[in-house]
Amino acid sequence: MRRRAVPLAAALLALVLAACGGGGGGGDQPARPALTVSAASSLKDAFTAYGRAFPGAEVRLSFAGSDDLAAQIRQGVKPDVFAAANTKLPDALAHEGLVERPRVFAGNELVIAVPADGHGVAGLGDLGRRGVKLALGAEGVPVGDYARQVLGRLGAAQRDAVLANVRSNEPDVKGVVGKLVQGVVDAGLVYRTDVTATDGRLRAIPLPDALRPQVAYGVAVVRGARHPAQARAFVAGLIRGRGAAELRRQGFLPAPGA
Amino acid sequence: MSAGATLLGGPAAPVRRRVVRAGFAPLLVAALAALIAFLTLPVVAIFVDTSPGALVSSLGDEAVLSALRLSLECTLIAVTIIVLVGTPAAYLLATRRFPGRTIVVTLVELPLVLPPAVAGIGLLAALGPRGLVGGAVADAGIELALQTAGVVVALVFVAAPFFVRQAQAAFEAIDHSWLDASRTLGASEARTFLRVAVPAAAPGLGAGLALAWGRALGEFGATIMFAGSLRGVTQTAPLAIYELFSGDFDGALALSAVLVAVAAALLLSVKLLSGAAILGGAAR
Repeated sequence: MRRRAVPLAAALLALVLAACGGGGGGGDQPARPALTVSAASSLKDAFTAYGRAFPGAEVRLSFAGSDDLAAQIRQGVKPDVFAAANTKLPDALAHEGLVERPRVFAGNELVIAVPADGHGVAGLGDLGRRGVKLALGAEGVPVGDYARQVLGRLGAAQRDAVLANVRSNEPDVKGVVGKLVQGVVDAGLVYRTDVTATDGRLRAIPLPDALRPQVAYGVAVVRGARHPAQARAFVAGLIRGRGAAELRRQGFLPAPGA
Repeated sequence: MSAGATLLGGPAAPVRRRVVRAGFAPLLVAALAALIAFLTLPVVAIFVDTSPGALVSSLGDEAVLSALRLSLECTLIAVTIIVLVGTPAAYLLATRRFPGRTIVVTLVELPLVLPPAVAGIGLLAALGPRGLVGGAVADAGIELALQTAGVVVALVFVAAPFFVRQAQAAFEAIDHSWLDASRTLGASEARTFLRVAVPAAAPGLGAGLALAWGRALGEFGATIMFAGSLRGVTQTAPLAIYELFSGDFDGALALSAVLVAVAAALLLSVKLLSGAAILGGAAR
């Protein structure tokens, strides 16, 4: 048995090395290139569908709060494409020389989301009522910043009442959706597409026109991307093409001002 | 081993064995060196990247302070509950044989191998407003999800097995003639447990406590899913690190450095306590 340990260890080592090589992307040149796309959580369904249909490459998607993805890029992580739920983060990364010139490719609508069977909240006026439980995106997460923009347009007393009802600041929009679906909170501010994606488990209540923030999604090719040509093709498809069609189908709005 | 030796024991075998032996020791050393380099590098990086100035200034930050305070409070409460309930439970498992004992032990140990996200989902499915017993919990006027109490629940769930396992082993290691002697001398079962078993197992219990505490301090997934993240209420240090990561990487590093130091101190106390347990065993 002792004798067999060495070949076994060697085989294991070889296996690990092979796995590492494959993971690094160096080993799969002959196949289609693997395009890594870091995208805001709210883009999950649309990008998954677009990624599957994208002809130029095998698309690998990484979803998280846009701010976390931006922080990864600042720490030297290099996806090929970065797509955020705002324009601030891609603009900031472009300013720092980390991504190419960002493009605005979609819009969305911030809504009040409530569980479909919940009746505690009928509109914005209820969010500050005593006993109502809310979940928002954390500060710095686009969906959290949009929510705070809305609250900033309220009177100070109402704003404070709403903020006092916040029970969790979630790291991304899916966190807010999860708390709502589980009925842990009574309401949250999320994008309309996130409500649609729950297949009727959540209900959207529109915000008054005057308070509605402009939600714009920015995308950029990351500088030093391994597959810049495919990355640019992916971005182009988001602005006009398959990606854009998929976004519209999922309920995203055209890019604001486009 | 002996079967292999007879099968392969031809005239060439001694030569081959020597070659294998000669190559094996360096392989062991190389494996250990690779392991140590890999395991210590991230920890070293945290301290290399954290300037003492950043550390001090981030420790003055209100969000960081409140996260550390909350972590300390919640883990202390959780560990207290774990010790109070876990010690007698572990004693029972260590000293009695009953049908289904293996199943019970497996159930107790299950959270050890559960992904924290699964723990979070499970807690929501059990104790959330729409959970299995969530209605009954709510009727009793207890609210757990998104509450500090919910953090404690998550910590107890993930950390308890670390203590119970260690405590069970410690009780099993006691010389049973001591317990028998205590009973023969007329001490009640409870008195035997408190005056003989617990003191004799104390080093092992201490080591289990430190392990459970370390696990509780590091808890992230179950907490964010079940208790959410709200400063001063449910945002423990690991959750604060995650939130700081995007906006204030230096702050996240500094808070990480604090947690590394605390975790190292806990682990060291485990080593010292289990060293004491071994010495105690040898003295006997």
